[in-house]
Amino acid sequence: MGVKLLLDKAKVEGIRQYDVYRREGGYRSVEKALKTMSPDAVTEEVKKSGLRGRGGAGFPTGMKWSFLAKPEGVPRHLVCNADESEPGTFKDRFLMEFLPHLLIEGLIVASYALGSNATYIYIRGEYAWITDILEHAIGEAKANGWLGNNILGTGFNCEIYVQRGAGAYICGEETALIESLEGKRGNPRIKPPFPAVKGVWDRPTVVNNVETLAAVVPIINMGGEEYAKIGVGKSTGTKLISACGNINKPGVYEIDMTIPVEEFIYSDEYCGGIANGKRLKACIPGGSSVPILPANLLLKTAKGETRYMNYESLSDGGFATGSMMGSGGFIVLDEDQCVVKNTYTLARFYRHESCGQCSPCREGTGWMEKILKAIESGKGKMSDIDLLWDIQRKIEGNTICPLGDAAAWPVAAAIRHFRDEFEWHVNNPQECLTRNYGLAHYADPIYTPA
Amino acid sequence: MADEKKLFKVTIDNITIEVEPGTTILNAARSIGGEVAPPAMCYYSKLKNSGGKCRTCLVEVAAGSTADPRPMPKLVASCRTTVMDGMIVKNITSERVIDARAGVTEFLLLNHPLDCPICDQAGECHLQDLSYEHGKEGTRFEFQKRTFKKHDLGEYIQLHMTRCILCYRCVFVADQLTQKRAHGILDRGDHSEIATYIEKSLDNDFIGNVIDVCPVGALTDKTFRFKNRVWFTKPVDAHRNCSKCCGEVQLWMRGDEVFRVTARKDEWGEVKDATDGRPGWICNECRFEKKDLKDWTIDGPTKVNRHSVISQGHYVGVQMPKDFLPEVMGGRGPKLLMDIHKVSEVNRPEIELSKIDGPAHGDDFAGAKQ
Repeated sequence: MGVKLLLDKAKVEGIRQYDVYRREGGYRSVEKALKTMSPDAVTEEVKKSGLRGRGGAGFPTGMKWSFLAKPEGVPRHLVCNADESEPGTFKDRFLMEFLPHLLIEGLIVASYALGSNATYIYIRGEYAWITDILEHAIGEAKANGWLGNNILGTGFNCEIYVQRGAGAYICGEETALIESLEGKRGNPRIKPPFPAVKGVWDRPTVVNNVETLAAVVPIINMGGEEYAKIGVGKSTGTKLISACGNINKPGVYEIDMTIPVEEFIYSDEYCGGIANGKRLKACIPGGSSVPILPANLLLKTAKGETRYMNYESLSDGGFATGSMMGSGGFIVLDEDQCVVKNTYTLARFYRHESCGQCSPCREGTGWMEKILKAIESGKGKMSDIDLLWDIQRKIEGNTICPLGDAAAWPVAAAIRHFRDEFEWHVNNPQECLTRNYGLAHYADPIYTPA
Repeated sequence: MADEKKLFKVTIDNITIEVEPGTTILNAARSIGGEVAPPAMCYYSKLKNSGGKCRTCLVEVAAGSTADPRPMPKLVASCRTTVMDGMIVKNITSERVIDARAGVTEFLLLNHPLDCPICDQAGECHLQDLSYEHGKEGTRFEFQKRTFKKHDLGEYIQLHMTRCILCYRCVFVADQLTQKRAHGILDRGDHSEIATYIEKSLDNDFIGNVIDVCPVGALTDKTFRFKNRVWFTKPVDAHRNCSKCCGEVQLWMRGDEVFRVTARKDEWGEVKDATDGRPGWICNECRFEKKDLKDWTIDGPTKVNRHSVISQGHYVGVQMPKDFLPEVMGGRGPKLLMDIHKVSEVNRPEIELSKIDGPAHGDDFAGAKQ
C-alpha cells in the first residue's frame, strides 16, 4: 500500500462539507503557513519538496514561484488551471469533486506565498457541477474566516474567484488561459514575456495545475524535506494517475512513483489487469499528447530495466524508446485495439482544438487527420506514412504553443513503433475494415503473477 | 560616454552589425537587407503586437548572447525575438531554417486556392514571392481544399476568405487605426475565418488600409477588382491636400487613367511613413474616390524593386538589389555554371531594355544582332 497524501481522506463520509473536512485536520496548513511562516519561507519549503508541476510539463513548482516578478505596487495573481481537457486525464476532476476544500486550502497557502490577493480558478466549462461544488466550498471557507480580509488576524487578504471556460482545450495552455480569463479569445500569447512577468492584465502571474496546488497542503503540513523523501530521484511526492482504457479497474489512483508500470497495470490495488483476460498491446502513459508505447517498451526500458511510474523512468530513452509522465492520463490499449484508429481519433481531436493562430498547427493538424482517416478507412497509400512523418516533423517545435508538439508526438510515436500496422492497413484495404491487426511482435510477455 | 547607449552586436548569417537594444532579429536582419532578411507574412512593423503567427520568419539562434552562448533549442520567430549582445543568428545558412520554412510555405499553400491567374493580388502577393522562393513544385495534399463564400465588407472592400492566411494584420489595423473594430476571427483551427459575424459593412475613414496590409488577395479593392493586372499599370508617386490623412499615395496608372490608389510602400511591402513623418496610412476618400488625375499632383515615378514583377520589361527607375551571397558564404560567390550572355541570342547586355518602347519583342533582338 503506497503512501497517500492527497486522497487519504477521499472516502470519508461528507468530506465535501467544511465541518467534516476541518474535523479531519483540514486547513492546518493555512494556520501553520500564515501564523508561523513568511511567504518566502513557504516558497522555500515548496522548493525543498522538489514538487514538479502536475499539469504535464513537470516544471519544478518552487522554481516557477521564485521566478515571479515582484515590482512595487503591482498586484500579483495566482491562477489555478482547472481546464483539464486532455483526453484520458480526469484526476483534477476527481480532486475538485470530492475534495474541494483541499484545493482551496492549497490555494490559500500558495496565494500567501505569492502575495496574490485575488486568486482565480479557471475551470473547464464542461465541469459545470464542479463549479457549483467549488463555489459552495469557497462560501463555506469564507464564512469560517479562511478567505476574505485579514485572514486569521494576520492582515493577509485573499479572495478566490471561479471562472468557467467555454470548452476549449487550448485554454489549458497557460497564456491562452490568461487571455480567456481576461475575456478575450483564447489564443496563446507569444512568449516572452512569460506570465511570471506579464500575466493576467499584464500583472505578474503564476499558473498552476489543480493537483500541484493541492500538493502544497501536505508539503506545508509535513515539511518540504519530509515530502521529498517520498518517491525517487527528482520525482518526489505522490502523483494522481487517472487510469482508463481496457483495464479491469479504471479510476483515479494515487501512487508514490516508486512502483513499476507492470505492477500498476496488473496489481489488484491499481488497475487490476487487462479486462476480459486480454493481453496488453500498447499504452499512452501520460495523457493523449505523450508518445504511445508498445507493451514491450512500456514494461521494460530499451536497456532491459524495469520501467517505473515516475518522470525519469517513463521518459527513459527519450522519444525513441520512451514516453512522458505528462498529466497522468494512463490509457491502456488491449490486443483488440487498432493503433491507426486510435491515432486518427487523437489527430481529429487536435485538429478540432487547434486555435488556428499559427500556420503549422492550423494546417498541419487538419492534413494529418485527413491522411489518417484515409489510411484508417483503407484508402491510404504507402507514401502517406512517410508523408505523415514529414508533416509531424514540420509541426513539432515550430509552433507558438505546445499544442503543435502535442499533436505531432502521438502521430510520430505511432509511426515509430507501429509502422507495420500502418503498412498492413495500406496493403489490406478490405481486411482492415473488418478485423484488427492484433499484437504482432510487440506483444507483452504474458503476465504471470509472481 | 555614460549617456551613450550601448549597441548590441549581432551576427546574422556571418554578417555582423550593431543595433539598438530591443531591436528584433527580423529588424536587425532587415537593416542588412537582401536575402538575409527572413520573409514575414504576418509581421508588420507599423502595427503593434503583430507577428509571431505565420512562422515563416523562423531563424536558428546558434548562440544566445556573449553572456550565455548556449544555442536556443527551438527555432525562434525572428519578428518577436529581441537581439542580445553577441547573439549569432543563422537564417539562410541554416539547413534547419530552410527546411522549416519550406514546411511553413507548404502549410500556408495547403488550403490556398492558388487562383493567381484570377486574383487581383497576383504580382504583388507576398505569398507568391514566398512560394517562389521556398515552395516546392507540386503539392502533396490530395484532399479537397477548404473554401468560403465571398463577402462584401461594405461598398469598397471585398473579402475572399478562401485566400486568407490568417495573419491577423487586418484585425490589428482595425484595432489600431479605427475607433471600433467590426471584424475579427471567428471559429478556430483550420475553419477559423475573418468575419463580421453578421454581414456588416466596415465603415471607417481608414478601414481601406486593410487592403494594403493584406499579404494575399483576401481583401481587395472593389473599385479596382478585375480592372487591370498590376504589372500593366505604372506606379506613380502623387500627393494631394487631404484633411484626414497625409495625402501621399501611389497612383497605379495606365496611360492617363488612374486605376488604383494605394499608400506608398517601402521595400518590405509595408506602408511608408509620409515625408513629414506622419504615418503613411491613407483615408478612404483618397483611396477610393479620387480616381481622376486632376485630383493629384504627380511627384514622379515610384522606384520599383527589381524583385517585383512590375519592374519586368520596360520600366525606368528599377533598383537593383545588392548581392549578398558572397558575403554570406564567406567570400565565395555562387558557382557560375554557364554565362548566359555567351550562349543566348536573347539576353544580350548591349540592348538597353528600358529604351525599348513598350514590352520587349523578338524583333528588337533580331535588330540588334546585325
